Amino acid sequence: MNGERRKFWPLVLCLLALVWLQPALAQGFAGLGTGADGFAEVQPGPFDFPADHGAHPGFRIEWWYVTANLQDANGTDYGAQWTLFRSALGPDGPQVWMAHAALTSPTQHFLAERLGRDGTGQSGVTARPFAAWVDEWELSGPTPDNVRMFAQGVDFAYDLKLAAKGPLVAQGDGGFSVKSAAGQASRYYSQPFYTVSGTVTLPEGDVSVTGQAWLDREWSSQLLNADQQGWDWISLHFDSGEKLMGFVLRDGSDGFTSGTWIAADGTAAPFGDGALRLTAQERHRVAGRRVPVVWRVELPERGIDVTISAINRDAWMDTLVPYWEGPVTIKGTHSGRGYLEMTGYE
Amino acid sequence: MYRAALHALLSHWRRRPFQLLTLVLGLATATGLWSGVQAINAEARDSYDRAAMVLGPKPRPYLISEGDVPLSMATYVHMRRAGWMVTPVVEGRLATPTGPLRIFGIDPFTLPAGDLPKGGETATFDAAFLGEPGRLIVSPGTAAQLSEAGLPPLVTVDGVAPGIAYADIALAQRLLDRPDRFDRLILLDDQPLNRPPLSEIAPGLTLEEPRRDNADMARLTDSFHLNLTAFGLLSFAVGLFIVRGTIGLAFEQRRTVFRTLRALGLPARALLALLMGELLVLALISGILGIVMGYGVASLLIPDVAATLRGLYGASVDGALSIRPVWWAGGLAIAVLGTALAGIGSLWQVARLPLLAPAQPRAWARASERAVVWQGITALALAVASLGLMVWSSGLFAAFVMLGALLVAAALALPVVLYGAMALGARLSRGPLAQWFWADTRQQLPGLSLALMALLLALAANIGVGTMVSSFRLTFTGWLDQRLASELYVTAETPEQALRLVEWVTPRVDAVLPIRRASARIAGLPGEIFGLADHPTYRDHWPLIAALPQVWDRIAAGDGVLINEQLARREVIWPGDTLSLPGWEEAPVLGVYSDYGNPLGQVLMDLNTLEALFPTAERLQFSLRLPPEEVGPLMVALGSEFGLPADNMVDQASIKAFSLQIFERTFTVSRALNVLTLAVAGFAILTSLLTLAAMRLPQLAPVWALGVTRGQLARLELLRALVLAGLTMLCALPVGLLLAWVLLSVINVEAFGWRLPMFLFPGDWLVLGVLSLLAAGLAALWPAINMARMPPARLLGVFAHER
Amino acid sequence: METGVLTVRDLTKSFPGGDGPVHVLRGVSLDLAAGETLALTGESGSGKSTLLHLIAGLDRADGGSILFDGAEVTQLDDAGRAALRRTRVGTVFQQFNLIPSLTIADNIAFQARLGGRHDRAWCATLAERLGLADHLRKYPEQLSGGQQQRVAIGRTLAARPALVLADEPTGNLDEETGARVLTLMQELAADTGAALLMVTHSQRLAARLDRRLHLERGLIRVNA
Repeated sequence: MNGERRKFWPLVLCLLALVWLQPALAQGFAGLGTGADGFAEVQPGPFDFPADHGAHPGFRIEWWYVTANLQDANGTDYGAQWTLFRSALGPDGPQVWMAHAALTSPTQHFLAERLGRDGTGQSGVTARPFAAWVDEWELSGPTPDNVRMFAQGVDFAYDLKLAAKGPLVAQGDGGFSVKSAAGQASRYYSQPFYTVSGTVTLPEGDVSVTGQAWLDREWSSQLLNADQQGWDWISLHFDSGEKLMGFVLRDGSDGFTSGTWIAADGTAAPFGDGALRLTAQERHRVAGRRVPVVWRVELPERGIDVTISAINRDAWMDTLVPYWEGPVTIKGTHSGRGYLEMTGYE
Repeated sequence: MYRAALHALLSHWRRRPFQLLTLVLGLATATGLWSGVQAINAEARDSYDRAAMVLGPKPRPYLISEGDVPLSMATYVHMRRAGWMVTPVVEGRLATPTGPLRIFGIDPFTLPAGDLPKGGETATFDAAFLGEPGRLIVSPGTAAQLSEAGLPPLVTVDGVAPGIAYADIALAQRLLDRPDRFDRLILLDDQPLNRPPLSEIAPGLTLEEPRRDNADMARLTDSFHLNLTAFGLLSFAVGLFIVRGTIGLAFEQRRTVFRTLRALGLPARALLALLMGELLVLALISGILGIVMGYGVASLLIPDVAATLRGLYGASVDGALSIRPVWWAGGLAIAVLGTALAGIGSLWQVARLPLLAPAQPRAWARASERAVVWQGITALALAVASLGLMVWSSGLFAAFVMLGALLVAAALALPVVLYGAMALGARLSRGPLAQWFWADTRQQLPGLSLALMALLLALAANIGVGTMVSSFRLTFTGWLDQRLASELYVTAETPEQALRLVEWVTPRVDAVLPIRRASARIAGLPGEIFGLADHPTYRDHWPLIAALPQVWDRIAAGDGVLINEQLARREVIWPGDTLSLPGWEEAPVLGVYSDYGNPLGQVLMDLNTLEALFPTAERLQFSLRLPPEEVGPLMVALGSEFGLPADNMVDQASIKAFSLQIFERTFTVSRALNVLTLAVAGFAILTSLLTLAAMRLPQLAPVWALGVTRGQLARLELLRALVLAGLTMLCALPVGLLLAWVLLSVINVEAFGWRLPMFLFPGDWLVLGVLSLLAAGLAALWPAINMARMPPARLLGVFAHER
Repeated sequence: METGVLTVRDLTKSFPGGDGPVHVLRGVSLDLAAGETLALTGESGSGKSTLLHLIAGLDRADGGSILFDGAEVTQLDDAGRAALRRTRVGTVFQQFNLIPSLTIADNIAFQARLGGRHDRAWCATLAERLGLADHLRKYPEQLSGGQQQRVAIGRTLAARPALVLADEPTGNLDEETGARVLTLMQELAADTGAALLMVTHSQRLAARLDRRLHLERGLIRVNA
């Protein structure tokens, strides 16, 4: 039960959106958590790089997910999100590519969404040289250690260089992430040690920025099917060089928490339910919903007691499936910056 | 007070149910024909709109390839990866056993979700739609037609334009046999910040301004809908004349009741209010009845209309009628409006009714006679206005106003003409009975004139529209004969096949005439350019309407071009002028030819000239000259030798048969409306005569008493109706011909871009004349038989003051 | 009886009514000599008009005979009776019954022309004597009641009928006008030698005629 769940949510919603759009498919997706319906099943074992940087079309879903915390010369904070989802509509059926990009400043929040057709060159992922793209958006380089992250919309753009300063982090049991006693699992690894430099383009003009970024890679054929109301997820870069990922699954009672502590050298230490406490402290009305934008985060076993605050409280992702995702600042026992994602606020 | 007054007023209808029936039926018919035509037009327009919105609610600019390199997937991906937000489209017609189906290959990933009809986007993001064998998204109406067509499975979505199917672009490419080819890349509304200029990333592509398919379709079909609208309007007018007549009679007959009620203390306002209420209720009842009738008429006619539009213009219209609330409301409104229009004169008279003047049934007639003078003056003024519009105005609206003024003028002038005819008849007649006949007929005119006006309009409309349609048919068939001079038209599938085909077929036929076609912008609009070989087939047959001397020699020498009438009229370019073409700045125009049914400007030039100008023009089409009896065997041979699909070979006879069949269906609609209108007018005469028959007994009884038998009187009554109908027909003839002329030479040019020659069809007039005499005769027969069989006691009742 | 122009015998006529047939004439007999004038009086409903209509051939009798000028009227068919009305019998109605669409001149000449007995000079004389010479181009509705009845008398006499039937000819006129109109009618009838049978309920007018009969409930009661 690792933090990988956090990336599930938008995708689940995306797929559910497709389900809503196509009632005929609803039954197939209603059993998302129980049957693989002819899809490949994940197995434990070592990763096969560089092939595993590429797509795994035999699995139902997969994503390449980057969040970046950036600052300009004046110390102004920015956040950038670059996400590519792959989803197979059937075991041998067509692949759908879906991408979200966002650029957040303290006062502005821009986003764009693209869909792509597989097998045409419009969208896809290659392992070597590494490239993930939809249209002109790309996350590509010789290897995932050195990539260009580019995306744009009608009113924004960013063009960033990401260089890995630490190792890939295999999540769960060596990258085999068991999610429930029923055996649902995913393959999952991260790169939380990117340093970033580049340019973000706002309506006011170009701004040079530097900062750090986090990549998540995950694929699976079995999705969760719990009575979730949604979840609140964080990925934090502490100034000490340590990283924290954690989430609360809101289920109507106490909820379920989980996460991973990552040491500065990349050593990962998952922690179990109850270790992490997330307490909403301030709410903000955005897109007609009341969303917590200030949280108290406590992880006593690591001496963490911090408050995280949204850099821009209006970081609402008004995509096909809407959610809140944006950069935060950290104050308290530790300081730093990170990303907050919240789903299921109606 | 109101109750009693209302009872007194309404008792009139109870005693004269037939008059009530006339009123309701007249109004219902007027409303029905009008709203039926409106329903048909609305359905067709809705279909065009849906067809126009086939890829988004508004037309967008798009990229096409003008060079040798077709638009391929590689080009498309290249554009997307450069940051150009485009979506590919492949479009084409697929022959199915039930007619052509327009296939739109779309990419649901890049086509904005809102661009498809509501519900469409859900069907496209579907494994079944995107995978094998794919799905076609069609309207329920189209699905019903295609059920057995052997196509991929259908998904129905309301709101999809009729006759089209959305398919995933890959499926569309397979169906249309266009592997890796797109027709155009539509430029989406939202473009990202950074895109290199087009010239840098794709110099072979051209950005085209938005295409307005719907404007073309609307323009193209305007003339057809115009005819329907004109018919609807005329039918409505005919109906209104009936209603006007009936209301007038009903009010006249109740004049003594009105006076008595007023004398007994009912205020004039109250009387008016009661009468208005009565008319309103009648209007609403008749309106509802009329809408039901209209729905029936529209349902009966719309399959033919749809077939006509599909065949003539390639416009797809759903063969099923949808009920729109606005249409119901419109029908009721038109019924109420019509009643108001028809009743306002009578209400005005009631308002001014003097309280103590003696009841004088004759006063109304005398007033009508005086009114005739004013009608004549009004008719003259309207005719002058109409003439003024014809000379000094332009535009479709003015043409319609002119048409309306013309018809109303004709209707108003009719009583004047008839009075004149009666006076002349009286002057020329010798016998007392003849003299009485003319004088009496003249006296009856006020009561009959509205019905006769209705008949005049119905007949004029029949002559006018009939002449236009028949002229169009004659012109069209003649034009078909000219344009389709070759016996067989063949389209090869590839340039290589074309070469082999020519080699193979040349020794087997009299002549092989290559046809080259290029698309180009002509005078700023999309147009087409054809290259023709120099051959007697063209020299002898091409339908030139204006040309310079030695036109064909000069065309063959590459000295100039021919253009179609639409282009000539639109740009005012005639022989002697020049036209700017791509690569030929000042192409001399040597001739103009008629080109009916083509929305595009077209240029013809010599084959070699075209090949020099457009080296990449398709070389796939040929027309073949050969004895007609060898066409069939040759088609079979071509099929087995080259595997040419049947669609690629079209013989002249089939095209002609198809075209004429379409025309016959067009006429079905015209004829149905003709018959209905005429029937309505006949009905109006019947009811007028019946009403008059009751009123006229006091006038006939003395004549009978003076020694004219009832049989004689009956025959005279019949003769009177025939004479009036005949005279009306004579009056309708010039009016109808004028109407036809306006339709052909003014409205067609305004709406359509070409002038049709007018032909006269005296045979049709004769038939119509006989028909109108028959209608009037039948209408008069009943009252006449009544007269012949009337018991003397009833006639004596006129004199009786004792019993 | 040799000179009798009209002989009516046992004439019966009934009309269907609410409580069975209404017997309007129950066996009426009368004779009229050429040039003779006869007044027929009676209450409303006594059958005066019906008797007149039967004699004029306007209606068919149930029984009995009407011998006019040697012809049995009851035996004539529709056309025969119409011919009789056109030529030999003229009727003047209480309501005048002019033809509104024809001028006065045409109205006067109408019946004579119908019967082919038009005599321009005689019509002119009639118009003159009836005081209508100034109104010949007018239409009936433009004339007074008295004038209209004079037109009707002119129309009847223009055809020189052997018998003039008059049904309350002065009923719609005031007394003075009525008296003058009756005088004119008597004079002109005498001039043409026509017999006159006049229905009236006025004893005073009846007294001016040669003879009078009183009709009561369908039977001749008083032979005055």
